[in-house]
Amino acid sequence: MNILELRKKAVQLRKRTWELIYNHKNGHTGSDLSCTDILVALYYNVLNQTPETVGTLEADTYIQSKGHAVEIWYEVLADKGYIDRDDLEKGYSTFNSPYIGHPTTDVKGMEFHTGSLGHGLGLGVGVALAAKMNSLKKHTYVLMGDGEQAEGSIWEAAMAASNYNLDNLTAIIDHNDLQITGTTDSVMRSNPISNKYEAFGWNVIEVDGNDLAALIHVLTSENNTGKPRLIVANTVKGKGITVAENRADWHHKVPSQEEFEEGIRELDAQMEALNHE
Amino acid sequence: MSNTDEKLTANAAIAQVLDEGTKLDPNLLVITCDSRGSAGLVQFTNAHPDRTVEMGIAEQNAVTVAAGLAHGGKHPFVFSPASFLAMRSIEQVKVDVAFNKTNVKLVGISGGNSYTWLGNTHHSLNDVAITRAIPDLEVYQPCDKYQVKALFKYLINSNKPAYIRIGKRKLDNVYHEDFNFVPGKATMIKEGKDVCLISTGETLFFTLQAAKKLESDGISAAVVDLGSIKPLDTEMISRLAQEFDNIITVEEHDVINGIGSAVASIAAQYAHAKVNILGFPDKPAIQGTQDEVLAYYGLDSEGIANSVKKVLSK
Repeated sequence: MNILELRKKAVQLRKRTWELIYNHKNGHTGSDLSCTDILVALYYNVLNQTPETVGTLEADTYIQSKGHAVEIWYEVLADKGYIDRDDLEKGYSTFNSPYIGHPTTDVKGMEFHTGSLGHGLGLGVGVALAAKMNSLKKHTYVLMGDGEQAEGSIWEAAMAASNYNLDNLTAIIDHNDLQITGTTDSVMRSNPISNKYEAFGWNVIEVDGNDLAALIHVLTSENNTGKPRLIVANTVKGKGITVAENRADWHHKVPSQEEFEEGIRELDAQMEALNHE
Repeated sequence: MSNTDEKLTANAAIAQVLDEGTKLDPNLLVITCDSRGSAGLVQFTNAHPDRTVEMGIAEQNAVTVAAGLAHGGKHPFVFSPASFLAMRSIEQVKVDVAFNKTNVKLVGISGGNSYTWLGNTHHSLNDVAITRAIPDLEVYQPCDKYQVKALFKYLINSNKPAYIRIGKRKLDNVYHEDFNFVPGKATMIKEGKDVCLISTGETLFFTLQAAKKLESDGISAAVVDLGSIKPLDTEMISRLAQEFDNIITVEEHDVINGIGSAVASIAAQYAHAKVNILGFPDKPAIQGTQDEVLAYYGLDSEGIANSVKKVLSK
């Protein structure tokens, strides 16, 4: 897809996610909207993976360590044909449905259970190390949150990724500076995060994580450093819907009817503007 | 040539099987946490550097990375002291290994009280309790080199996650070369009619010794090996709970939620056999050599025999 098409796709998926959360009164709204552009970049232009190949040794692996931002991932998987969108939109947060509030392997496209924070990077290290041992060209991508950086297990994994020179591993931090209680700096300061990963031996690149052109440029560039790569994607929590933007309390807030309708108007206006670009 | 009756530690027996396993399984890996020495794997790791992944002193990450490696087609055996692997890493075991059904084998070395003077931080007296509570995780505790070898041959061929607890001592031989390991099957090692003793791992041999002592006192004790803790041989335990008035379990583990609890939960359905659980009490363990400590808690052959007599005289 070209960048304009990707930007439209992001608006469309934000709208579906907003509707899914509103209709079922459950979801991590701010987190979903924050990382929407990252998932769009990965799934539509970067990942070497299809519904038929996902989970095979050769296909790229995507691990969403910040499992709570699952609603946008469901909508991406539905749009890409991994899962049935009707099943998702009827079943989400209903009895005995696979479409619940955190990722599980019951959903096609999700290769690991995540949601307990701090596990994704270590899983990525294992998958990337196995690919090296098997002499496979596959690449492994791990999306983490910035609040999640307080988990000690991440730093064990960061050390191991560097120790094994996993240049076939790309970690992305959805760096919106907010977590459920407030700013990451007020809860547990992880900034300056880039310096920490550099000190751990990573190739660190900062990017505007809500700019699809910038994301595509970074994600499709070669990592020739021999080191694991970290993309610090500076994002806005709740991106795209004014009432939810930059608000910690929207971490898993469900919109009221009024907020929902206003959000739809905003997203429709964004799509209309893109249609004229 | 080695004497076939030679006593071996579980570590040594495992290293032999894994060494043979490298020829059968191109994906077999050993994951160590700065623990290759304690695990008796130095010779293996020197011989097979391409089959070894060192994770450093980071047990949580070792389990998570092993789950990732398994997803990538590898068959990792993670070795770490049982006290760390089963407790510090337990969330990684639950989520990354069990929920994801990754083919990871977790080998808790130096289990029970086998680290002796290293103290309570290093002892592992709750590992069976916590691992057997995790869905889809198999739990084994082998008692001699023949069972270790047969168990690990099964594990190399199995694609299910499992936790295996072993100790440090040179194991007395209970079985023979032809021992065939079947998961979910308990083994009646000695027939008896007055009382049924059930044990696992290193205390099984002491239980057998106790049963022999009891013969001279006119007490006929059956001895059952519960090397497969999960899956559990509910069929045999159900039968024993109806045949015997008294079952006594023996384990190098806290009395809470070890094999005693597993047996009692089945026996309770029949309201017939009384189940007495011999193990470590629910408090920090006393310090000493393994033999001293086991004797203190009545888990050596003499202590087990005395407990049996006390139960039967009630």
